[in-house]
Amino acid sequence: MSFLSNILTGVSLGSIYAIIALGYTMVYGIAKMLNFAHGDVIMVGAFMCFFATGRYGLPPLVSVLLAVVVCTALGILIEGLAYKPLREAPSLAVLITAIGVSYLLQNGAQLLWGADTKTFTPIVSGSLSLVEGRLNISYVSLLAMACCLVVMVCLTLFTSRTRMGKAMRACSEDKGAAQLMGINVNSTISMTFAIGSALAAVAGVLMCSAYPVLSPTTGSLPGIRAFTAAVFGGIGSIPGAFLGGILLGIIETFAKAYISTDLSDAVVFAVLIIVLLVKPAGLLGKYVPEKV
Amino acid sequence: MKRTLSKTSINGFINYGIVIAAFLILQLLMAQGMISNTLKSLLVPVCCYIVMAISLNLTVGILGELSLGHAGFMSLGAFSGIVAAMAMQEFSPVPRLIAAILVGSIAGALGGVLVGVPVLRLQGDYLAIVTLAFGEIIRNIIVVLYVGLDQKGIHITTNSAGPALEEGGIMVIKGPMGAVGVPKLASFTAGFVLILITLFVVQNLVNSRAGRAIMALRDNRIAAESVGIHVTKYKLMAFVISAALAGAAGALFGLNYSSTVSSKFGFNTSILILVFVVLGGLGSIRGSIISAALLYILPEMLRGFEFITKARMLIYAVILIAVMLTINNPALKSLLEERDLSLGGLLGKLKNGGRAKKGGAGQ
Amino acid sequence: MSGSTDNRKNGTPVMRAENLGITFGGLHAVSGFDMEMYEGELIGLIGPNGAGKTTVFNLLTGVYQPTEGNFYLHGKSMLGKKPHQMAKEGIARTFQNIRLFKDLSVLENVKVAFNQSMSYSMLEGILRLPRYWKEEEEIERKAKEILAVFHMEGEVDQKAKNLPYGRQRKLEIARAIATGAKILLLDEPAAGMNPTETAELMETITLIRTRFGVSILLIEHDMSLVMSICERIVVIDYGQIIASGSPYEVANDPKVIGAYLGQDE
Repeated sequence: MSFLSNILTGVSLGSIYAIIALGYTMVYGIAKMLNFAHGDVIMVGAFMCFFATGRYGLPPLVSVLLAVVVCTALGILIEGLAYKPLREAPSLAVLITAIGVSYLLQNGAQLLWGADTKTFTPIVSGSLSLVEGRLNISYVSLLAMACCLVVMVCLTLFTSRTRMGKAMRACSEDKGAAQLMGINVNSTISMTFAIGSALAAVAGVLMCSAYPVLSPTTGSLPGIRAFTAAVFGGIGSIPGAFLGGILLGIIETFAKAYISTDLSDAVVFAVLIIVLLVKPAGLLGKYVPEKV
Repeated sequence: MKRTLSKTSINGFINYGIVIAAFLILQLLMAQGMISNTLKSLLVPVCCYIVMAISLNLTVGILGELSLGHAGFMSLGAFSGIVAAMAMQEFSPVPRLIAAILVGSIAGALGGVLVGVPVLRLQGDYLAIVTLAFGEIIRNIIVVLYVGLDQKGIHITTNSAGPALEEGGIMVIKGPMGAVGVPKLASFTAGFVLILITLFVVQNLVNSRAGRAIMALRDNRIAAESVGIHVTKYKLMAFVISAALAGAAGALFGLNYSSTVSSKFGFNTSILILVFVVLGGLGSIRGSIISAALLYILPEMLRGFEFITKARMLIYAVILIAVMLTINNPALKSLLEERDLSLGGLLGKLKNGGRAKKGGAGQ
Repeated sequence: MSGSTDNRKNGTPVMRAENLGITFGGLHAVSGFDMEMYEGELIGLIGPNGAGKTTVFNLLTGVYQPTEGNFYLHGKSMLGKKPHQMAKEGIARTFQNIRLFKDLSVLENVKVAFNQSMSYSMLEGILRLPRYWKEEEEIERKAKEILAVFHMEGEVDQKAKNLPYGRQRKLEIARAIATGAKILLLDEPAAGMNPTETAELMETITLIRTRFGVSILLIEHDMSLVMSICERIVVIDYGQIIASGSPYEVANDPKVIGAYLGQDE
């Protein structure tokens, strides 16, 4: 039974990773940059929800919506102020800037809200008891899995059916050509950041509901793990982020259960290194060599 | 030799000069009793951070690859150096310190090979994320490591009860508590010498054929390959030397405190060093020295002002973004490049009717 | 130029491609590419845009591995060699979109290319042992000699990115020469040049052939340049050779005219 319960925990944790990884993968696909600050947007989302429910007593759904709105705005703001001016800059400069933004968010949050760890009130509580009480699934876990599925389906439909979604795919293939076809590349990139950040807010709330602690650095490690998931699944690929997220969640849970809690990150990162070595493009990605 | 070589070596000599002068001035001030105890306690760490900054600059500024796990190599150096120093109880401090630093740099270099061989085939963002991952793995592993010493040698275990030691044995690393009971062997003079050695290694490397190959890789990998540069070999060379120097700095750092925990060498430390390098100017050794020294000492000196202490990292973050946006601003960049044109370049430009601008288009 | 015909009769070709080809996901970018190049020859490789000329260069320099056929330098198979190994085998190239080491000086750009002919180790370099000084002095001299041939001795200390366009193209050729290569592949060296610069380039190409004894394969769109300096021209279209021969033969080949004017054969 503990095996099955570990699988369930893994899948639900993985669902959260998958939602975060989607943000990384979409931004990477279109802007060809690693948005290091993505993990910290998660933290901001969680804080918004924390204050909305805890301090102002808003209902959970409204709090989540508020978090989504704030993070979306934040994502667009970050992109416009910090990344847009660097569109033609070398990738090293963009990455360093992204690290700067990540640090800005973390330390800004620390100044505003304090460095101490807060206890997050889950947006849903309780759990579902199965097999005569031998298998428990919390509602948060179920919610995470459901959210992940919904997000997956919506994003797939969005990128394949809608005008904006098609524009995104066009931009990630070839920005120059997309521009010639009359696509506004800048607003498309902006839109991608908006979607990614909205998802980060959702993931933030889910994560803090499942593991109810919150501090300014809450988002950084899950962010890196989710990036690992995105790379694992194949960066730039939406189903890849989904697959990578779930797999990583399972690996992490099993590492915690059967190896050591302290070493679970080491195991996760070892997976990343092995994947990059064996299949640099990830499970579902395609490798594109530099053109000579 | 001829002009080009002498120009770069003059630059190098100025760097030695700055370091030696700073050392002498500080020694003089100390002899006069004009240096506070706070500042005195910062001298060794500042030397370590200068070495860290110069060595990271080798990877980021000269090789052009972003490493986010530089503190991981420092950590390897610190803990292996501490073990080495503790294992050599019967020797006098100076050989103990030298041996510890050597062991630290070897540990750093081994770590560099271990990370470098697999990941240097990757490029850009992947390399950055893997070095970050590596730094975290090291930290993770040291947290569960228990190391003890006795007459039979070194005992390592992950069992929280610690290794079974013979009588007279001592525990060196106690898992989450880190290294304890460390002899404080580090000294300012040792730090000063380490900076000089680092300068010697990095500057001479840059001015050799290997250095040219490394910079060629940075500027254009495909072209470098086309003239016979082995990409992995030279990337690895830069990366491993950088890691070895970080290991040496780590050993000195570790032997400056009676206890050390691995969380001192986390991601934040890696970023701090990156800030030093970026602010000092990518590829500028002198910039790394000056910015590491200033940015390390200033906030410590300003500890009295509460806001600065609190907002220190926030300020760094803002500076980091501002510097990146400024130096990559197209308008400003072309202005800087105009300045860069020497007289000869300007004449050449006039002669060719302003065609110089087109040159960049090919890249 | 008559010497080349003699060479063709005796001795092995310096380079020989045999049925060389590469497929990208079902698309035959280049196929059945046969070619022989003899010492000192200057061959033009022409064809409409997208015909696969640069792909041929990428195959010959190890950037791409052929999916069919083989090619030989001095009779030795080059299958499976990586780009940096190809430079050692004596083949060097320039790029359609200039690829210089932009933040290095002109002199350093050339010195980098001497790397494979130098032997002092990293440690000798750091400790500056005698071999370091000896070899560094030697390549400093050699690099300046090469730059002098290109009339660039006045610009040795300039950063490559600050050079005027035409001179950047020249520096790329100088750098390829410095590898010690006996075969040069020049990818559209006259692209973006004005007629004066093109004329100067033609002189340079003729000069380096005799001065450094290299054989040259040249991709070029400037027909006047190709027709006037190449002894032999190979025309490709859709990845296949459609004609080869003297400039006169090629120019009057109906297939070539068809390929350029878009007619059916």
